[in-house]
Amino acid sequence: MAADFVQLLDPAGNRVDHPDFSYDGTDADIAASLRDMVLTRRFDAEATALQRKGELGLWPPSLGQEAAQVGSAKAARLTDQIVPSYREHGVAWVRGIDPLALLGAFRGSGMIDYDSRASRFHLYSWVIGAHLLTAVGMGMALQRDGLVGEDVADGAAVITYFGDGATSQGDVNEAFVFAASYGAPVVFFCQNNQWAISEPIALQSKIPLYRRAAGFGFPGVRVDGNDVLACEAVARWALDRARRGEGPTLIEAYTYRMGAHTTSDDPTKYRHNEELDAWRAKDPIERVKAYLLGSGAIDQRWLDELASESDAFAEKLRAGCVALPEPDLAEWWDRVYAETPAALLAQRDDYLAYRASFEEA
Amino acid sequence: MATMTMVKALNAGLRRALAADPKVLLAGEDIGNLGGVFRVTEGLKAEFGGDRVIDTPLAESGIVGTSLGMALGGYRPVVEIQFDGFVFPATNQILTQVARLYHRSHGRLNVPMVIRLPFGGGIGAIEHHSESPEAYFAHTPGLKVVSCSTPSDAYWMIQQAIASPDPVVFFEPKRRYHERGEVDLDATPMPLHQARVVKQGKDATVLCWGAMVRPCVEAAIVAAEEGKDLEVIDLRTISPLDDDTILTSVAKTGRAVVVHEAMGTAGIGAEIAARIQERCFYALQAPVLRVTGYDMPCPPNRAEADFLPDLDRVLDAVDRSLAY
Repeated sequence: MAADFVQLLDPAGNRVDHPDFSYDGTDADIAASLRDMVLTRRFDAEATALQRKGELGLWPPSLGQEAAQVGSAKAARLTDQIVPSYREHGVAWVRGIDPLALLGAFRGSGMIDYDSRASRFHLYSWVIGAHLLTAVGMGMALQRDGLVGEDVADGAAVITYFGDGATSQGDVNEAFVFAASYGAPVVFFCQNNQWAISEPIALQSKIPLYRRAAGFGFPGVRVDGNDVLACEAVARWALDRARRGEGPTLIEAYTYRMGAHTTSDDPTKYRHNEELDAWRAKDPIERVKAYLLGSGAIDQRWLDELASESDAFAEKLRAGCVALPEPDLAEWWDRVYAETPAALLAQRDDYLAYRASFEEA
Repeated sequence: MATMTMVKALNAGLRRALAADPKVLLAGEDIGNLGGVFRVTEGLKAEFGGDRVIDTPLAESGIVGTSLGMALGGYRPVVEIQFDGFVFPATNQILTQVARLYHRSHGRLNVPMVIRLPFGGGIGAIEHHSESPEAYFAHTPGLKVVSCSTPSDAYWMIQQAIASPDPVVFFEPKRRYHERGEVDLDATPMPLHQARVVKQGKDATVLCWGAMVRPCVEAAIVAAEEGKDLEVIDLRTISPLDDDTILTSVAKTGRAVVVHEAMGTAGIGAEIAARIQERCFYALQAPVLRVTGYDMPCPPNRAEADFLPDLDRVLDAVDRSLAY
């Protein structure tokens, strides 16, 4: 099924050689990735719990996809643009986005709330696949800025995230065409987590997704999406190509959505526990722990300290989430246009007068 | 007579349509094995098979475009768009293809297609899941646009929409999906494109549809306690509008308030207000007023209660109308 993917660390925690790709980091780098994955999983678990307690309206879990997200995100330089979908909690974490800035949108207290220009981490996007065209356009902007090419010292590229379901969307296919036509510096990072809500990958594609890239005229690579080393290595290669002006790449990170599509979804209605169990044996975090414990780079005390850090992080998340300020509708009239029409402000004033009429009563 | 939720009523209506006509097909994301994210199609794939209850790839333009092709092949597709805010990738197919084929073919080709759209706010959803886009479709010649507000209407109107020779965009108020109501399975339903006077009254006419019917009826009950006698009309059909029922009522009451969730500017309320002032100007005792969502994208759901029209805002408008 997936024998033809790039794997550098097997599920038992053994390093694996690959003819084309290698991971060049140290064990300390791998330990840093482990920490990022553990904290991403904790963030996800806490958000899921907060939804169950009614503190969030909805949450799309990233459980099981930590390696794909953390590995690929680590390959991106701070000068590279990241254009996520809505499940990229691990990518956001690596990019340094405050988790609370994400939670407000799911709590319903605000929109996605961080400085996406400064962080070069674009807003979470909900409409499936629409943001891939944005990503290509951002790459075309980098080309025009002179930031792409063999001779550019500090070049930049774009990496954009989407799922297997999104590959059926017209916008995604148009993004592939545009990126190919202009050689745009874009890495299309598809997390094939096998399920689009209830629909299995077989409904979206009759061939492995990475092979679609050939039809558009750029390379496609399938990587073990539960192998953080392989995800980083392949994404780094693709981003390097993009920065050098060699054009787009499609990476299919072969992984599994271990949780529900969102907290509104019940996957027991359409898939079997055996499948989940099989993927649990390929857990992206356990294999890294096994490797690092085996190499002696970490020990139980290190893991205990990480667990303490994770607990403190969770505590901060819970407290921060419930303390997020409640939205005041009066503030939202200013957020429709960069130049607000006078009639819109008059509508706000009418609203304020109406609201005040209750206070007088 | 049976008591059921709107979801069950839609399910029963679809089941009856599938059973009655082998040409009826359902298509959409997650509608088969899962039964749809709202469970409207639950059990229908098991009963009628995957050729008639079609789980589609995740592509709204593809769902509508291929359904158009099946309609031309003699089938009657009923398309589910998972959420209101996800219809927009399909609008090219709906507006440039589905809506215009009858016109483009000199009337030789008609498109018996239903596009089901769960719509509206009030369910605590995230962005793009609380929209009310009916005006975009009502603005497009060639499309018919309807909305049910009760389980009974849901049951009958979905079957009538499927029987329609024209494409029908069918708006389902998801906020009312789990409210129960009586459904007479043996009734003779009223015509699809006819408004219903939910409550008769003589002082002012309140016009609404979908999820807004309930707060408007509640407003009428509260107003009655204050001696104000409101007539509440559930439009049911947004395109074409049932001018007769609307104008007859306003000619009687002399006052009209239109209530909808969508933003007011260039909304359905503006069209209704224009028709009223054009056709019964001399009967009017007050300007036609609108109670709508404000002119902004749907806000975060914790601010939604202030954004969506409710009983208080309806009564406020009624009072302003009556004070004229």
